[in-house]
Amino acid sequence: MRVEVDPDRCAGSGMCALTDPAVFDQSDEDGTVVLLDPTAAGHEREAREAAHLCPAGAIKVIE
Amino acid sequence: MTETLYPELPTTRSSAFDPPAALGVLRETEPISRMSFPDGHLGWLVTTHALAREVLADVRFSNRAELQHSPIRAGGKPIPPQPPAKPGLFISMDGQDHAKYRRLLTGQFTVRRMNQLIPRIEAIVRDHLADVRAQGPGVDLVETFALPVPSMVICELLGVPYDERESFQRDTKTSFTLSQDFEEIQAAFDRIEDFVADLVRRKHDEPGDDMLTGLVETGELTDEEVTNMGLLLLIAGHETTANMLGIGTLTLLDHPDQLEALKDDPSLIDNTVEELMRYLSIVQFGATRVALEDVELGGVTIAAGEAVSISIPAANRDPAKFDRPEDFDIRRPATGHVAFGHGVHQCLGQQLARIEMRVGFTELFREFPDLRLAVPVEEVPMRDDMAIYGVHKLPVAFS
Repeated sequence: MRVEVDPDRCAGSGMCALTDPAVFDQSDEDGTVVLLDPTAAGHEREAREAAHLCPAGAIKVIE
Repeated sequence: MTETLYPELPTTRSSAFDPPAALGVLRETEPISRMSFPDGHLGWLVTTHALAREVLADVRFSNRAELQHSPIRAGGKPIPPQPPAKPGLFISMDGQDHAKYRRLLTGQFTVRRMNQLIPRIEAIVRDHLADVRAQGPGVDLVETFALPVPSMVICELLGVPYDERESFQRDTKTSFTLSQDFEEIQAAFDRIEDFVADLVRRKHDEPGDDMLTGLVETGELTDEEVTNMGLLLLIAGHETTANMLGIGTLTLLDHPDQLEALKDDPSLIDNTVEELMRYLSIVQFGATRVALEDVELGGVTIAAGEAVSISIPAANRDPAKFDRPEDFDIRRPATGHVAFGHGVHQCLGQQLARIEMRVGFTELFREFPDLRLAVPVEEVPMRDDMAIYGVHKLPVAFS
């Protein structure tokens, strides 16, 4: 599995960082998504959930 | 040729906690249906969770003020067409116009920043609960706890003097009161704008460690822009959370088995907050978007210029998304609700709201383990007449 994020699309809602802070963080500057672990090793379910919840479609999970 | 008359948005609730039954019927039979708007516009109503998400995430649907049609009346009359959003009033903008302003704020509302506020919010909550105790049984929990806590929190964040709250609290309430004529609502809104504009002017000479000062000091914004951004945060920051704290408390008191489960396992609070958001969906008349071009949706064509009313309460009670949606169940998977919206306009302050509710409910039931209603539940005045649902008053007792 590989996770991709697009900070340009990000609306800074924080849903990803709320869902799994081990995989996703937010920039202190503008709140946009910061990807901590593109493999989401051991956190596959949470990464998929975060991609689904993202209001701006800024997270993609490639299986 | 006579035009077919289509129904307006159903607004008559089937019970204090349940949205209008007619919405559920539509969700089963016609998830995207024709709807008349009070101004005579013929648009659409969406009632499923999947379609609600689809519309809210699709940038071909606009939230620009000048394109909108309101699904509800003010003072019994249609709300007149609106001018384009003033500079900084980004909730009513699309695309880059919207993103430019939102990006200046999102860094202030991250999960991490909001978690850092927990000790301060706990202190504010405890101060107010001490006041509740001092006033004694029969006290109105809205006046003493649900409204002042989020009000004080957003004032501190923005740098609004809390002792000047009386006018903007009153004007915010007026601006959400649907029995008022639109002129009254507009006048209340204008007074809040004047109040914030004056504050922004003062921030130039008396800067503080607060968001308004931070926006002024970016040097990228006019005072008018800062004012409109600030007033959005001020209004959204207290009215919404205040109502969740009020009606959320009532919901827990009215479901004693759920409240007991929460007291037995306080770690359920995070999911309890999500479930309260889903179950109550206090943005009771939902969101509205307008098609910028012809859009195929759920088997129909929405023509450019047509408005779509998205029922948040109906979407959050969709059995295709949530099992036994009519049940209030703090252990159910409740995430994925659209109570904070969806798409690029999804609530900017949602992480703050979550923290305020988690701390608020936790401390409330810790301080008052035997909290109960001081009046029969059917005598609690519900906010059917307000854009944001909730309780007008919540008289409680305790020992």
